[in-house]
Amino acid sequence: MSGQSTYTPGSGFARWFDERLPIMRLMHDSFVDFPNPRNLNYWWTFGGILSFLLVTQIITGIILAMHYTPHVDFAFGSVERIMRNVNYGWLIRYSHSVGASMFFLAVYIHMGRGLYYGSYKAPREILWILGVIIYLLMMATAFMGYVLPWGQMSFWGATVITNLFSAIPLIGTGVTEWLWGGFAIDNPTLNRFFSLHYLLPFMIVGVVILHIWALHVPGSNNPTGVSVKDKEDTLPFHPYYTVKDGFAVVVFMILFAYFIFFNPNILGDAVNYVPADPLSTPPHIVPEWYLLPFYAILRAIPDKLGGVVAMFGSIAVLAMLPWLDRSKVRSAVFRPIYKQFFWIFIIVFLILGYLGSQPPEGWYLLISRIATAWYFAHFFLILPLIGLLETPRPLPESITKSVLGSAAGGAPSGSAASPETKG
Amino acid sequence: MAIRSACLSLGIVLALALAGPAQAESGSGKVETQKWSFGGFFGTFDRAQLQRGFQIVKENCAACHSLEYVYFRNLGEPGGPEFSLEEVKALAADVEVIDGPDEAGDMFERPGLPSDLMPSPFANDNAARASNGGAMPPDLSVIAKSRTYKRGFPNWLFDLFTGYQEQGADYLYALLIGYNEAPAEFNLLEGLSYNTVFPGHQIAMPSPLFEDGVEFNDGTKASVEQMSRDVSAFLMWAAEPHLEARKRMGFQVIIFLIIFAGLFYATKKKIWSRVKH
Repeated sequence: MSGQSTYTPGSGFARWFDERLPIMRLMHDSFVDFPNPRNLNYWWTFGGILSFLLVTQIITGIILAMHYTPHVDFAFGSVERIMRNVNYGWLIRYSHSVGASMFFLAVYIHMGRGLYYGSYKAPREILWILGVIIYLLMMATAFMGYVLPWGQMSFWGATVITNLFSAIPLIGTGVTEWLWGGFAIDNPTLNRFFSLHYLLPFMIVGVVILHIWALHVPGSNNPTGVSVKDKEDTLPFHPYYTVKDGFAVVVFMILFAYFIFFNPNILGDAVNYVPADPLSTPPHIVPEWYLLPFYAILRAIPDKLGGVVAMFGSIAVLAMLPWLDRSKVRSAVFRPIYKQFFWIFIIVFLILGYLGSQPPEGWYLLISRIATAWYFAHFFLILPLIGLLETPRPLPESITKSVLGSAAGGAPSGSAASPETKG
Repeated sequence: MAIRSACLSLGIVLALALAGPAQAESGSGKVETQKWSFGGFFGTFDRAQLQRGFQIVKENCAACHSLEYVYFRNLGEPGGPEFSLEEVKALAADVEVIDGPDEAGDMFERPGLPSDLMPSPFANDNAARASNGGAMPPDLSVIAKSRTYKRGFPNWLFDLFTGYQEQGADYLYALLIGYNEAPAEFNLLEGLSYNTVFPGHQIAMPSPLFEDGVEFNDGTKASVEQMSRDVSAFLMWAAEPHLEARKRMGFQVIIFLIIFAGLFYATKKKIWSRVKH
């Protein structure tokens, strides 16, 4: 909601500065005075949580890079040296590795919230697509970061993922060798992965800035999905949402701290504490938990190229979501049929995640094929059909009406079936 | 909260997922969860146990296995076996270390110092294989973190939130006491030993521990179970030398965050009480 700026410089210097570089005005309008819908629930705090995590990852990552050696002979040892001999090195490294998992946990909740409340619909299509790009960059960054400790799973995970490119017809082998910088995964591969792992987070920062910019043009969606109509519907970002987001960040930090201090290795694979050995393949090569659903989709397709296309397609389809969902109503609160299919989709996604960790054989393979089919059907068949067939419940007249409960329909943001109800 | 309901739905989903496919069990040997002094949220190492464990490593394991990332000085640092400085110096001086080059450009041998890494028994991996029937004795520095066993559902889900991180120690203990006669129908290859928990049950390492194989200074009876337990504990410390500091700091951090969150919530409530929402 790009309205009139309300920034008034507090001093002569501030006025002088504002006339030359209005950055304080930009900050004031974006994070102090910015009008946010008054009915946002805690599912809306994950944007703030993710910003906190991105900064944490960058700071811990920069410190790790000061001590890490990107060389096949020394990488594993240098990580151990960080863990043992660098002051609080264990804290920095565990914060970074657990932080990656927390980042994905938060991003999945953030995306799930977008799906549930229809945050991808007009006029927020670009905002949503920028989010999908951030998610793709996150996956690339996390994958390359996982290669750096040069353990067994680093090496073999890198082997599996880079080999996917060899499925491209005609140029596949050439592309793969170009990615490796040689004829096998070796020192050049590790070096470039380190370089890119350092670069990509800053690209994420860039796209996050665009993401926030694209958010601040239409403003936040809200649990009712009804657009903001007047000033009554909103509250200034500060102090209302700074304090709410801040509280949520601290609560999230408790979970984060629990994993850092009391279970730092549970989210990783024990085999990665074995140094990489190109001559010995581990019995089960599995990616980190946050990539498992896509790994299951990859392996569900009997054809290699088909599997790769399906895997990348499963992410690309998210970018098309604003046009696949035909319903004009945003929030699932008012979409009885969509709401059910939303939860089925979440369950299917979790099942895919579980199957990604299991060997692709027997029942596992059969179920992962069914789940993969459902995943795509959800976007290409179910969403367009629901849009045509579903009769949405009546929408509240405005956000304010829904909050104050004067509307006949009651207060939807407190209705029992909605997930925003806090325990 | 968000996390709780997410976990709840995850649990339901997994229950559904598991109702279909049956878990394929491989191997009869079962790794049992042991009680460790360093387990749980407030666990600390038992100094005497670590010292005994080190003695076993020194007198038995070190003949074939390296401890590549452990310095002698680590043995005297807080949170570990906590040998006295004199003991650490004496332990280090027991080994000859190759240093150099000197002014003439020659390498020379000198007694070890606390700042030295523990020496490896073999010059390189090929030498290690050649002396061990083609099998490579793995480095023991992080072995307690690199080994685990199948926890199965629902244990792995509970493990996420119970702080269980002794999979490696449990596995090593089960492995060390898991040497047995091979069943009659089992086709054991030449030069390998039968082990109930090792994947495939054929392990290149012969049973390494024997009753009274070492003599403990503190009078503890050196049974195979006792030694297995002590050496597993020592290897857990070797893999995670800052475990005690980590758990202690974790407690402080979590207490701080809970108080901070409480204050934050009160502030939030006060600010939001100005408007209907």
